[in-house]
Amino acid sequence: MTKIPITTTVNGTVHTLEIAPHQTLLELLREGLGLTGTKCGCEIGECGACTVLLDGEPVNSCLVLAPQIDGRNVSTVEGLMRANATDPLQDAFMDHDAVHCGFCTPGMLMSARALLAEDAHPDEASIRTAISGNLCRCTGYVQIIEAIKHVKP
Amino acid sequence: MTGAAGHTTNVVPHESAAKHVTGEAVYVDDILVSGELLVGRVVTSPHAHAKILSFDLGAARAVPGVHAVLSSRDIPGVNDMGPVVHDEVCLAADRVFCVGQAVFLIAAESAEQCRAAERLIHVVYEPLAPILTLADAIAQGTLLGPPASIVRGDAASAIRKAPHRFSGELETGAQEHWYLESQVALCVPGEGKELQVYSSSQHPSETQALVASVLGIGKHDVVVEVRRMGGAFGGKETQANHTACWTALLARASGRPVKIRLFRDDDMIMTGKRHRFLSRYEAGFDDRGMLLGLSAELHCDGGCATDLTFAILQRAMLHIDNTYFIPDITVVGKAYRTNLPSNTAFRGFGGPQGMAVVEQVIDRVARTLGLDAAEVRRRNFYGTDSRNVTHYGQTVERNHLPLLFDRLTASSGYAKRRADAGIFNASHEFVKRGIALTPVKFGISFTTSFLNQAGALVLIYKDGTILVNHGGTEMGQGLHTKMQQIAAREFGVSLDRVKVNATNTAKVPNTSATAASAGSDLNGMAVKNAADILKARIAEAIAPVLTGGNTSDPTRPEDILFEKNSIVDGRHAGRSISFADAMPVMQRLQVSLSASGFYKTPGIGWDSVKGTGKPFFYFAFGMAVTEAELDLLTGRHTILRADILYDVGESLNPQIDLGQIEGGFVQGLGWCTTEEIKWDDKGNLLTHSPDTYKIPSVQDIPREFYTALLDNVPNPGTIHSSKAVAEPPFMLALSAWLAIKDALSAASNHTKEPEFSLPATNEVILLSLEKLKAR
Ligand code: FES
Ligand code: FES
Repeated sequence: MTKIPITTTVNGTVHTLEIAPHQTLLELLREGLGLTGTKCGCEIGECGACTVLLDGEPVNSCLVLAPQIDGRNVSTVEGLMRANATDPLQDAFMDHDAVHCGFCTPGMLMSARALLAEDAHPDEASIRTAISGNLCRCTGYVQIIEAIKHVKP
Repeated sequence: MTGAAGHTTNVVPHESAAKHVTGEAVYVDDILVSGELLVGRVVTSPHAHAKILSFDLGAARAVPGVHAVLSSRDIPGVNDMGPVVHDEVCLAADRVFCVGQAVFLIAAESAEQCRAAERLIHVVYEPLAPILTLADAIAQGTLLGPPASIVRGDAASAIRKAPHRFSGELETGAQEHWYLESQVALCVPGEGKELQVYSSSQHPSETQALVASVLGIGKHDVVVEVRRMGGAFGGKETQANHTACWTALLARASGRPVKIRLFRDDDMIMTGKRHRFLSRYEAGFDDRGMLLGLSAELHCDGGCATDLTFAILQRAMLHIDNTYFIPDITVVGKAYRTNLPSNTAFRGFGGPQGMAVVEQVIDRVARTLGLDAAEVRRRNFYGTDSRNVTHYGQTVERNHLPLLFDRLTASSGYAKRRADAGIFNASHEFVKRGIALTPVKFGISFTTSFLNQAGALVLIYKDGTILVNHGGTEMGQGLHTKMQQIAAREFGVSLDRVKVNATNTAKVPNTSATAASAGSDLNGMAVKNAADILKARIAEAIAPVLTGGNTSDPTRPEDILFEKNSIVDGRHAGRSISFADAMPVMQRLQVSLSASGFYKTPGIGWDSVKGTGKPFFYFAFGMAVTEAELDLLTGRHTILRADILYDVGESLNPQIDLGQIEGGFVQGLGWCTTEEIKWDDKGNLLTHSPDTYKIPSVQDIPREFYTALLDNVPNPGTIHSSKAVAEPPFMLALSAWLAIKDALSAASNHTKEPEFSLPATNEVILLSLEKLKAR
């Protein structure tokens, strides 16, 4: 099968890759680049576990074909750390016990990251909207909402 | 939004939280394996019931990259995966019993090669008539086993003599677990017959046993390890074994590491659900709404094999009373075989299905008499001194129901909000509001009494760090965090000194499943037991060291305290040594620094044939008030507010417990409202994907959501005076179900009993509304 050459930046690192045209971004991240923090929950764009940022916008990486990221910036949960320290968003998730089984957590964090980039002090309604595409079966969402509300600027 | 007053001392983040927020946490699908790894695939039955006349695997085996294609004939051991009753084959032999049943297995270098091989498998089936509904199963009498009953007094005559009586029928639906991480296993062959199994399993010991049995090897050759699961909720108690067994067969046949991760739709199609029930009841009551007699027949859909069905049905029968004293009662339980995947454990384990019946009964009593339903509930609560024995003969001790009721009705403003809802309804023709309070009393222990045991293996290393192994598994419920806290508290060391190991059958053997909400109770006690043994050894050996030259007033082992990362003589504060410094001394003194701990729950026992005994070590209590708003034109509802008050004894970790309560409630809300499972008339699951099956999203949770823990209620005899939390909050969502019913009932100004079932989907609501108008 013809492979497609792409150049992309993932968490600040530039990668030049040859990829199969039907490969999804989720597969590329997990299998090609070993970034297994991004989770696979449904592979049809319904659960949000695979959420990453594409040029700052949250996307379901299972619905993005890898060739589409040519020339673009991808950020995943592995890129949240700042200079070896956790980001205040990560701290808030830990402090509010917003992490139970943790499988939804990477996707939740990326949706929250996108929201906070636009609005540092979101109200509850915008938080609910921002994570409405991220399913969590464990927490009942309250602790996640509280965590996002209390991210220290 | 939440409150844990009086429980503030144990706030500690989840032991893996730091790994989860950085993406470092390793689930089975994330384990790094060498380039040798093969992808496994399960080929399943397209028929709900059929004979397999013939099949040909030759062409599939010839596909390049394919390393194994297996049928039941290739199983070296026993073709069975039944956990209790041996009626569930690993791969179908001559018949298939449900759509999605495993028939063949493929291992190949890529998923594409697996699919190519699958297309070349040729099977000839002869379809047979399937049984797909409970009504058909009842009509044809396809019982899985003999009916069970629990009887006290003479319900028939009590109902006959009662001033009021009614009868009815209630359907409660199936539910898909929808753990975010689908079923997955990775098997790595070792030397000889050895096999390392990484499984997302709530029951590693059973996974080990079944893998050994299908492979025909000893359990000592199989090591099952579970680091963590991405959710389980009962769905990985027995059914994780299946994926592990299939993976093991492929690894054995190919000699290579193999991983099977079920695609979401396949997982939903292949795995069992919460049991749907059809319950028929008759109740007698007096003018004050006091229940005088209840007779109930619970019919449940076991699916195509037994799995845990009888234990689940039994728990439903044991919880039909919920929190109410019913003087004369008969409950009969029947489980049926149908041609659907074998139904299985799911949070609550039959409890929700049983409780839904009595809550529906009480709701009807209140409507019939024109009384407030919460008040009728209160009147019927178990008493503290009298009227306090359940239908199976266990006394309800330390009954917190009155306290919960008083506090919760006050904090939620129940009476005023009920009146306000009435005012709102009077002025709104097409939007109605309803409010309901429901309690929960949940028995804690496995009802199969011998399962109430746990083991631990605690190791202390020379640098003073501690490694805790125990038999419980982590599925997000925070069990490992609680075990870490317990060990740290017992040894008097800081949390960073204690690490909880991945659950591993080579460390702690023959464990029970992490289930029945008993994970912390059982394993916590086993960890404490191991710690006690080690502390006694250390105290014995360190006492002479601390005595030093003071032989006239020696340090006695019984004076030794473990606190603040030190080992000290409680009578002589000056005599102390840091915990870390003491361990090399222990090694020089030839003291063993590893110990296994064990625990079995005392004083419980239950005769399931007679239906009497003390099956539960204690009861967990909780209560909720929920208010719903219903749009009568669309059937759409919104949960406006929920208030929960819950009894966890002395919380081991209030944040984790609050999260479990909220999460359980919301999962229950899904079962009660939007989670509807449908099969077509051929037994195909129609709701096999998250775009047709709707679990609650953040937009579905109550607009206002208040959760609090009851304070100052230590629970005697349990680990650090705590109580279990996992399952009971699920059932509090019945308050949402009945709040919706109350709103629906407002459409007839509460003069008519609405038809109602569970889940209360928009369709159920609109159909009920049509009938309310027609009558
Ligand atoms: S895996 Fe992409 S949305 Fe579920
Ligand atoms: S924490 Fe388990 S799915 Fe969200």
